[in-house]
Amino acid sequence: MRRLPYIWTLLFLALAIILSIAIGSVFIPPKDIWGVIAGVFTGYLPAGLQTSALILWGIRLPRTVLVMLTGAALSGSGAAYQGLFRNPLADPYLIGVASGAGLGAAAAMSIRWPYTFWGLLAVPLAGFLAAMLTVLLVYSLARLGKTVPTTNLILAGVAFSAFATSLTSFLMLRSTGELRRAFGFLLGGFTQAGWNPALTILPFLVIGLGFLILNGHALNLLQFGDDQAQQLGLPVTRVKTLILVAASLVTAAAVSFSGIIGFIGLIVPHVMRLWFGADYRRLLPLSIIGGAAALLLADVIARSVLSPQELPVGIVTALAGAPFFLWVLRKAKNQGYW
Amino acid sequence: MLKIEGLTVSYGARRVLRDVALEVKSGEVTALIGPNGAGKSTLVRAVSGVIPVVEGHITVGATSRRPYDLITLPPMARARHLAVVPQAVSLPPAFTVWETVLMGRTPYLNFLGQTSAKDEELVRLALQKVDALDLAERRVGELSGGEGQRVLLARALAQSTPILLLDEPTSNLDLHYQVTFMELVRGLAHNESLAVLIALHDLNLAARYADWIALLVDGEIKASGTPHQVLTPERISEAYHLSVTVIPHPFADVPLVLPSSQV
Repeated sequence: MRRLPYIWTLLFLALAIILSIAIGSVFIPPKDIWGVIAGVFTGYLPAGLQTSALILWGIRLPRTVLVMLTGAALSGSGAAYQGLFRNPLADPYLIGVASGAGLGAAAAMSIRWPYTFWGLLAVPLAGFLAAMLTVLLVYSLARLGKTVPTTNLILAGVAFSAFATSLTSFLMLRSTGELRRAFGFLLGGFTQAGWNPALTILPFLVIGLGFLILNGHALNLLQFGDDQAQQLGLPVTRVKTLILVAASLVTAAAVSFSGIIGFIGLIVPHVMRLWFGADYRRLLPLSIIGGAAALLLADVIARSVLSPQELPVGIVTALAGAPFFLWVLRKAKNQGYW
Repeated sequence: MLKIEGLTVSYGARRVLRDVALEVKSGEVTALIGPNGAGKSTLVRAVSGVIPVVEGHITVGATSRRPYDLITLPPMARARHLAVVPQAVSLPPAFTVWETVLMGRTPYLNFLGQTSAKDEELVRLALQKVDALDLAERRVGELSGGEGQRVLLARALAQSTPILLLDEPTSNLDLHYQVTFMELVRGLAHNESLAVLIALHDLNLAARYADWIALLVDGEIKASGTPHQVLTPERISEAYHLSVTVIPHPFADVPLVLPSSQV
């Protein structure tokens, strides 16, 4: 059945959302979650749920939404990058989004910003701009005339990433500010509270991920190589550039508030491909839903194992994600799925 | 009909095709022969718009209608005039045969890539023509070389174009598949009046199945005509730097080329 994969991943996402809202320093039972949400519609909040409502609307829900959006962005753009580069090792950070964002954020962190709206936005904004500048730079370095050879793009990305990462380390060593914060960003985590982060990145994700979903067929064609894709009618150079821009935009937006969360963007598309097939028209939406769910679960673990202390979520994604992926890989019936 | 005039293509400073002129008539198979590096694949790629053309015109269409210059057309429009069958190597293994052939409908799809019942019907028809309907649910990665080549032919047929370009499709096929594939292609050209241009290595396959042969050497067309006209010992010896003997085919009215000695 064609809809079954969507039903499974959506169920998985629903479960992850409930867990993410319920679990924290105070456990909110699903019954109370329901009561608070129903209260919005009926206008009546049962006695004793006031605290729960405050935690829910002020802390849990905004965080849940931000984590979901981040996971969706990283997995969706990861799937697109893998298809674009025809490379199973491609992840959203392949051509320098992460190292660029890290550099921008580290540079911004060396300055003490005031706790105003723009002050709080300084680090994410610097990360976002540096990430997009990096992609632009790598793209123009890799360009040969009218074409952008994939190998050039990957090599330029890897080389520039190494450069930017070293520069970031240098900045951190020299900085007198709080190294912990910079480390937190590089390992990934959700440090900013409230609805602002989620609302800020939302428009970028809607546009970028929306565009990627519409290009599932184009990504399918590109699997046959640029020549065949063009002979079948695809304006290859233009489409590849647009997909690259959309995926980078989405990744940069996600990274700017959540730091550099590894592994999700590499692994979720592979799990979806192993389970549900390689058709990008389905793989993209499924990766987006699955990525949101997977990162929610990782975040729940990051919040709860050392409670009240919080682990950087980037540690959990690889620590729990790698064994899970290896298990899926071993169990997979369709070897040679790539 | 496909008409190539004054086609010049270069890779950097190197001219790989010089002033190539060639007419591929509807309802005929035109074989493009020539030694390695002569520019056969380049010609196919240039005509299909994958590499830029320095100079020249590529026009399609019957003489009664106004011919189009293909070079000015964007990929989508070009793919409605002309389909390409590449060699069936390193295909993405995960797609099914049906999905692969359905991609031939790309130039007719809307921006969402949605396919209609008509598209599905044309895919079924294309698979039937190449006798591969029973492969529809198989994954491309599981196909043999001969099966894969037929599937790519079906994909090109699903493109519903009057012109078909084939780039050395028989190179990886065994004797049986070479013959069935070439008979299939000739049948399609003659019965559906497609204009077929096929780059071939095997001179005897070209002699046997082509109505017209063009000999490409060092980026220039050295001869074109019927197999008897083009496949003369002097011409082939010169083009391939190998002395050859040409004898009449034992049971078909075509020449048979045999290498007569070592270089």
